[in-house]
Amino acid sequence: MLEMKNIKKSFGKVEVLRGVDLEVRAGEVHALLGENGAGKSTLMKVLCGIISASAGTIRIDGEECAFANYDAAIAAGVGIVFQEFSLIPYLSAVENMFLARELRNRFGLLDRRAMRKRAQEILQQLDVDVPLNAPVSRLSVAEQQFVEIAKALSLDARILVLDEPTATLTPTEVERLFKVIRELRRKGVAIVFISHHLEEIFQICDRITVLRDGDYIGTCDVADVNNDTLVEMMVGRRIEQSFPPKLEILAETDIVLDVEAVQLKRGGPVSSFALRRGEIIGFAGLVGSGRSETAMALLGAFPGATCRMKLEGKDVKFTEPADALAAGIGLLPESRKEQGLITSFSILRNISINNYGKYRKNHWFIDLKKELACTQKAMRQVSVKATGPNDRLDTLSGGNQQKVVVARWINHDMKILIFDEPTRGIDVGAKAEIYQLMRELTKQGCSIIMISSELPEVLGMSDRVCVFRGGGIVATVEGEDITSEKIMTHATTGRQDHAA
Amino acid sequence: MPHDTTLNSPEKARKSGGLNIAQVLHSPLVLPLAGLIVVSILMGLASENFFSVSNIMNVLRQVSINGILAVGMTFVILTGGIDLSVGAVMALSGTICAGLVVNMGLPGAVGLAGGMLVGVVFGLFNGALVAWGRMPAIIVTLATMGVARGLGLIYSGGYPISGLPPWMSWFGIGRIGIVPVPVILMFVIYVIAWVLLQRTPFGRHVYSIGGNETAARLSGVKTQWIKLAIYTISGLTSALAAVILTGRLMSGQPNAGVGFELDAIAAVVLGGTAIAGGRGLIFGTLIGAVLLGILNNGLNLMGINPYLQDVIKGFIILLAIYIGREWR
Ligand SMILES: Nc1ncnc2c1ncn2[C@@H]1O[C@H](COP(=O)(O)OP(=O)(O)OP(=O)(O)O)[C@@H](O)[C@H]1O
Ligand SMILES: [Mg+2]
Repeated sequence: MLEMKNIKKSFGKVEVLRGVDLEVRAGEVHALLGENGAGKSTLMKVLCGIISASAGTIRIDGEECAFANYDAAIAAGVGIVFQEFSLIPYLSAVENMFLARELRNRFGLLDRRAMRKRAQEILQQLDVDVPLNAPVSRLSVAEQQFVEIAKALSLDARILVLDEPTATLTPTEVERLFKVIRELRRKGVAIVFISHHLEEIFQICDRITVLRDGDYIGTCDVADVNNDTLVEMMVGRRIEQSFPPKLEILAETDIVLDVEAVQLKRGGPVSSFALRRGEIIGFAGLVGSGRSETAMALLGAFPGATCRMKLEGKDVKFTEPADALAAGIGLLPESRKEQGLITSFSILRNISINNYGKYRKNHWFIDLKKELACTQKAMRQVSVKATGPNDRLDTLSGGNQQKVVVARWINHDMKILIFDEPTRGIDVGAKAEIYQLMRELTKQGCSIIMISSELPEVLGMSDRVCVFRGGGIVATVEGEDITSEKIMTHATTGRQDHAA
Repeated sequence: MPHDTTLNSPEKARKSGGLNIAQVLHSPLVLPLAGLIVVSILMGLASENFFSVSNIMNVLRQVSINGILAVGMTFVILTGGIDLSVGAVMALSGTICAGLVVNMGLPGAVGLAGGMLVGVVFGLFNGALVAWGRMPAIIVTLATMGVARGLGLIYSGGYPISGLPPWMSWFGIGRIGIVPVPVILMFVIYVIAWVLLQRTPFGRHVYSIGGNETAARLSGVKTQWIKLAIYTISGLTSALAAVILTGRLMSGQPNAGVGFELDAIAAVVLGGTAIAGGRGLIFGTLIGAVLLGILNNGLNLMGINPYLQDVIKGFIILLAIYIGREWR
């Protein structure tokens, strides 16, 4: 159905696609795999007419086509779920879904009822409950992800591209999305699926195309590969995907942060937990269960929340993240584009933003040499792929942008780091390095709160896990009890005791 | 080694950190500078007087007030804000300064300090309302523009206050060698501003607020304090401009500076600073201010009808911004 041949693309002198082929059949889910910066998103943008290729041909149903823009691609039946969302923050979910494709009534006015109805239908298919009228900027990242997916589904495309749609979804929601994908496959839609979660590939995909550094490596059936061969195709070598060993946290280790009560809104559930020195606490739960909001509330960055806590035995209250930073608590926010990065700035400026304490000269000034050196070190530690520290963030691939947000925090002497989806969109190899870094940090006495939708990550990294449901912590599990079954039952029903 | 594609080796970085042609061409200063050169050449062709040392000094002297106001405006616009009160605050500051000296018989230095204080107070007020009051800068400063203008008129009864000690004219028309004092003052302020913006964490934080305020705040930038500081800087530069104005006119003029905020904004934007914030260079603003000054001067030398001059300037600004649009 879709055939892309010998696609080439360069940005300036950098060649990011060097003759890539992709062939997708009707009624198949085709995985597009590769490390961060391999060129997956770029290839898909070429397909959708968002950027133009330097060379190569695209055929749909045997007919050659080159779209001048995304609108033309949509008209030809191509839809895409963007890795970096394409939502307008101040518009509602419905308005976003039908942006520039508004339904009209007899009088040529907006048919708001019809749009709402259609939006509801689509979201119902996905089995999610997303507020339809609130501006999307108020929605959580996962909810935004669903709006972005729904937006693409509303196009009724024959060829649908999903660029890392599952990066922030929890297993339950991923399953719902897969149900819809299977349904589309049955209807004969050709689907391109991009993800760094290999287990998902085996669950849903039929065939696989692998890119490495802009080169076409090959295409094969899912049945013919296993996890290891796949990784080898992607990375060019074997990787022991494993979590660094957990540290022994003794019960008498002193408590760094004692959260006595945190409440997201008046009348909501009140949660409490304590974080020991050198410990990693995982926050697990479904989308909308209040994990990120709780993290923000600790820093005083969630309006309407109340929080009572002790930092190293002293009562503290923050009204601004800057206060928290001064006290030794840092946040890596959930949404890199909106909350984490300044995408029009260079890598250097983005990493430096809260690191100036380390490279002062005469107290007032920046030591530019040291700044450059520190930045390069941090970039190496998380292996950012870029031409140099002065590259603008918006020329980096999604995963590499995420690494920059991580890099900002790794050389701080923080007491506590709150990592919200730290590995969102990061490939298998780099992920292992980040896990290693996190363990290093805890060895140096830093404590970490890790919010993650990826269950294996929660299981592999957390010394304890707080499970969230309905805006508060419903259970805390540790040691042997950290299993996916236990966490999922707490997260969904909370009636584990009865079920067991 | 994992990720052998990671290209951040030292040589690479030195290359991208040092100067190379591509980077120079992409500097936001290129376009304003090109504009400045083109306009200067045109003016030079049109009037042979244009390139004389005395005329150049004259242009720079005329530019100095707007140039100084535009420094504060650059800080504000870099954070994505705007300050419409600069012209009115300048007038009030000059009026109070003259009032303290003439009406109350205080020494000139006290008058100058009083003028500065007016600027700082208005800046703090603007900044506090924008930062903690979470009000839009354009509305806040529109209101304080009215307040400052009104206070000046009330205090002076609408008349200029003259009778300042003669030494104060040094700030307006004095010279060191052949260079007018206000020009030197302006350059000093630009250098300080450049150091602040490019060499201190404060400057980086200013940019980051304009780039993405949420991200800046969540990474620990004290966004509210920074905003307070930049509006205060703008108030302060208004007061410094008032010193030159007062020295030149040898009086406090409550009606001075009407519309100066627009010239300051024009200088900032012509200098390549993004009106949405986050991007721009202070020396771009200087170029923008000089460019505007040359236009004024040249059109005058050519003897063009003043009303027509405004029309021409307006279109030149539009043209400049149109060209600059796709550049970055
Ligand atoms: N506008 C641009 N200018 C210069 N380089 C770019 C630009 N856009 C992308 N690149 C480069 O192209 C390469 C491929 O990027 P792409 O976004 O396609 O990667 P990806 O495979 O989607 O990675 P990820 O898994 O991290 O999302 C990267 O090295 C990136 O730096
Ligand atoms: Mg991508």
